[in-house]
Amino acid sequence: MITLHDYCLFLLVMAGVTYLLRAVPFVLLKGKIKSRFWRSFLAYVPYTVLAAMTVPAILYSTNSMLSGACALVAAVIASLLGRGLVGVAVVACVTVLGVDGIMLLL
Amino acid sequence: MKFSKGVQDGLPIGLGYFAVSFSFGIAGSKFLSWPLVTFISMTNLTSAGQFAGLQIMADAAGTFIEMAIATFFINLRYSLMAISLSQKVAPNFGTFKRLLLATGITDEIYALAVSQTEPVTARYFAGLMVLPYIGWSSGTLCGAVCGEILPAVVTNALGVALYGMFVAIVVPQMKAHRPTLIAVLIAIACSFAFKFVPALSGVTVGFAIIICALVASLIGAAFFPVKDEEESA
Repeated sequence: MITLHDYCLFLLVMAGVTYLLRAVPFVLLKGKIKSRFWRSFLAYVPYTVLAAMTVPAILYSTNSMLSGACALVAAVIASLLGRGLVGVAVVACVTVLGVDGIMLLL
Repeated sequence: MKFSKGVQDGLPIGLGYFAVSFSFGIAGSKFLSWPLVTFISMTNLTSAGQFAGLQIMADAAGTFIEMAIATFFINLRYSLMAISLSQKVAPNFGTFKRLLLATGITDEIYALAVSQTEPVTARYFAGLMVLPYIGWSSGTLCGAVCGEILPAVVTNALGVALYGMFVAIVVPQMKAHRPTLIAVLIAIACSFAFKFVPALSGVTVGFAIIICALVASLIGAAFFPVKDEEESA
């Protein structure tokens, strides 16, 4: 078990580093970036970050790769059909529940 | 861009966060009391970073240096997002407000904020943070207090909500904008490489995400520079 003293120090390091990573660039950059290249780069960042975080990690986040893969496919289809954030998230959860549930019964 | 509009837009993120942080609460309750687990979520507001931090805390050999380095690399992407968000905020989003609201720069809140057509005001961004913050903190609390009761099948299913939200943010833009489709596919290919190429397997998850996003976005910017009116799309 971890002591309360160590917990506090760990928490301070973790929260401090995380906060500075967010706040320092946010506060320092006041003007518009002039270069079209870097503005384009930044426009792509949110989507490439989220994509890299999701695939292949989603395949390893559930009981089996099958349920993770099914959740990914179901979420993409739901999104293409125009579902919003909550709708797609629910579809992914229900898919995992269904696939893992069936596999438990088999 | 009103506060109330932000709160409304933040609802789906808050719900998703509740589900995801529920599983964090369960993981944390294995060796921390519930107030301590919940306090981690209240002060960090980050998914992958917290999970890694928890593992280092749980490890008897874990050091503060290791904690600092792991947190730095896993969360370095927030710096990238902070830079990107700084290009999108309204002129009156001043230094003090930025210091106060910087904690709200998470993957989803950031993605939703930059996908707005109008400049992001401090009011709107603050509103956007409210429900995700409550969802993330209360989800951890509930997970830590009562998570043991739920079977693994249910908690696993809840855990995938986060990825579902990511898909819901990325896919519409891939559909609308072909260069984004290409950039995203490059990022995914790169991400697979870090997972399966043995020479790259030593790279931490956080660092791998940064490299994938950098490579894909640089290629996107070099070959398909966006026009000004497209940037907000």
